[in-house]
Amino acid sequence: MNWISNYVRPKINSLFSRREVPENLWVKCPACGTMLFHRELEDALNVCTSCGHHMAISPRDRFRALFDGGVFLELPVPVPVADPLGFRDQKKYPDRLREARKKTGEDGAMLVAEGEIGRLKTICIGQDFAFMAGSMGMQVGNAIIAGVERAVQERCPVVLFAAAGGARMQEGILSLMQMPRSTVAVQMLKEAGLPYVVVLTDPTTGGVTASYAMLGDVQIAEPGALICFAGPRVIEQTIRETLPDGFQRAEYLLDHGMLDRVVARKEMREELARLLRLLTNSTPPVFGDLPAPEAIPALPR
Amino acid sequence: MTYLDFEKGLAEIEGKAEELRALARANSEMDVDQEALALDAKAAALLVELYKNLNPWRKCQVARHPDRPHCKDYVEGLFTEWTPLAGDRNFADDQAIMGGLARFDDRPVVVIGHEKGNDTKSRIERNFGMARPEGYRKAIRLMDLADRFNLPVITLVDTPGAYPGKGAEERGQAEAIARSTEKCLAIGVPLVSVVIGEGGSGGAVAFATADRLAMLEHSIYSVISPEGCASILWKDAEKMREAAEALKLTAQDLFALGICDRIIFEPVGGAQRDKDETISRVGEAIRGMLGEVDQMDRESRRAARRRKYLDMGSKSLVA
Repeated sequence: MNWISNYVRPKINSLFSRREVPENLWVKCPACGTMLFHRELEDALNVCTSCGHHMAISPRDRFRALFDGGVFLELPVPVPVADPLGFRDQKKYPDRLREARKKTGEDGAMLVAEGEIGRLKTICIGQDFAFMAGSMGMQVGNAIIAGVERAVQERCPVVLFAAAGGARMQEGILSLMQMPRSTVAVQMLKEAGLPYVVVLTDPTTGGVTASYAMLGDVQIAEPGALICFAGPRVIEQTIRETLPDGFQRAEYLLDHGMLDRVVARKEMREELARLLRLLTNSTPPVFGDLPAPEAIPALPR
Repeated sequence: MTYLDFEKGLAEIEGKAEELRALARANSEMDVDQEALALDAKAAALLVELYKNLNPWRKCQVARHPDRPHCKDYVEGLFTEWTPLAGDRNFADDQAIMGGLARFDDRPVVVIGHEKGNDTKSRIERNFGMARPEGYRKAIRLMDLADRFNLPVITLVDTPGAYPGKGAEERGQAEAIARSTEKCLAIGVPLVSVVIGEGGSGGAVAFATADRLAMLEHSIYSVISPEGCASILWKDAEKMREAAEALKLTAQDLFALGICDRIIFEPVGGAQRDKDETISRVGEAIRGMLGEVDQMDRESRRAARRRKYLDMGSKSLVA
């Protein structure tokens, strides 16, 4: 589903698009405009088969593609109080949360999973941009801490997929405090001698970039991902000049020494399998479609 | 004296009193003493009234007041043997960040703080207290130095935020902030922090992640500026009053939420009306906070600091 199908009412939509096929079967690539059949797009992990543009993907879909046998165990994340400040802008914060839960089917913006990647037990933490722009609130902090504590207990590496517009303004200072909170979690992992790999996806900005998303032992990004502290619009307003092409994109950051690698989503599984086994001093990986590990019961799909 | 918009009434009364006195000086036969004194009393009462219950937006205005004591004033007022240390050893020296060695009550310390500047020239030099990556990397270097020589670190926070510029982004603004916060949580020496004006988002977190955090009575510490929040959530930057209210960014709110450990009361009418008194009260607070963490050994101090942040807001973290 693209944002139009989510936000524009079907009736209004039909006035403009007048498509002869049912809704949501075709998705237009925002980069090259190619119409992509939904099943084909899902198989390609939401990467345009024509131009290679990486669209957003839910952590759940990502984890299915990443873990051996597509199987993982979702780890519980302590649920924070819904609205600590009683925040209200044009909408009440609890209403925004309810909408985000309905839209994504998730409790919060961060999902934590345990599984095996190339037969190596790994904790994956994935941020869901569809959930209030993936913004960093207390649930995000809780998820990172829960994932790290489990990794320390199991002595296994952590891979974190970042995607966020920044901090969750509706949680005010408590969202800002997730910067030091998540940093403590990263330190716990490092002191336990366990690898912490960050995969930056489109977009990763603000307080998220300025904390756990930039503290990885290895920093990977998906192609074309916007990665920044201040967004391009804010900078253009400040310096009053146009920014160069590709500014703050993954490849630009790679050129400026801010990343280790830019890796396409379809290569990510092999990349991580190799990297994690190298970092944990394990035997070389076995590639290919591995069945689900026996230790983790298959989940209903 | 720069008057804020809500101090207009006060400015008028004080202006009148001043006018009267000027007239009396020019004309020795005029006796205005009583009238002028009455106006003074009226102004004083109004000042008390105005500052008794400042709303969050007015607090933001006071926190940003150009005449408020800035980092440089505290450095001059509280420390001796101030020895600034410059540069990040990679690219530049960021003038938005003051850092160096000094003596506090005869004890050597490392001081790090944002400096906004106090006139057009110094504001430009200091980039209005908005640091670039070099500033945070200088701070990291100084925290390492403090840790190696067992010197407490005192940070003074006063920034609208980290600088949103092209070069700053290219040189890794986000990474520099993340590493500075990480360093705050890694050192074993005491680290105490005071928000003296504006605690602007990540640019403040990078220094304010401390064993103890104090805030001046009319200072603020927020995830985003009220104007920024208003333009995103209200789609109208003019809704900053509502945003300031909603964000819960005052020292009093942060104390209630358990984010700041103490509030330092300001003189009547705000820090800008009595710099010396404010500076000395901040000194008292620093003394007190250092006293609270001095006796711990390095390991337990660091562990307690991390525990503090892991548990932060825990009353509200689990439903």
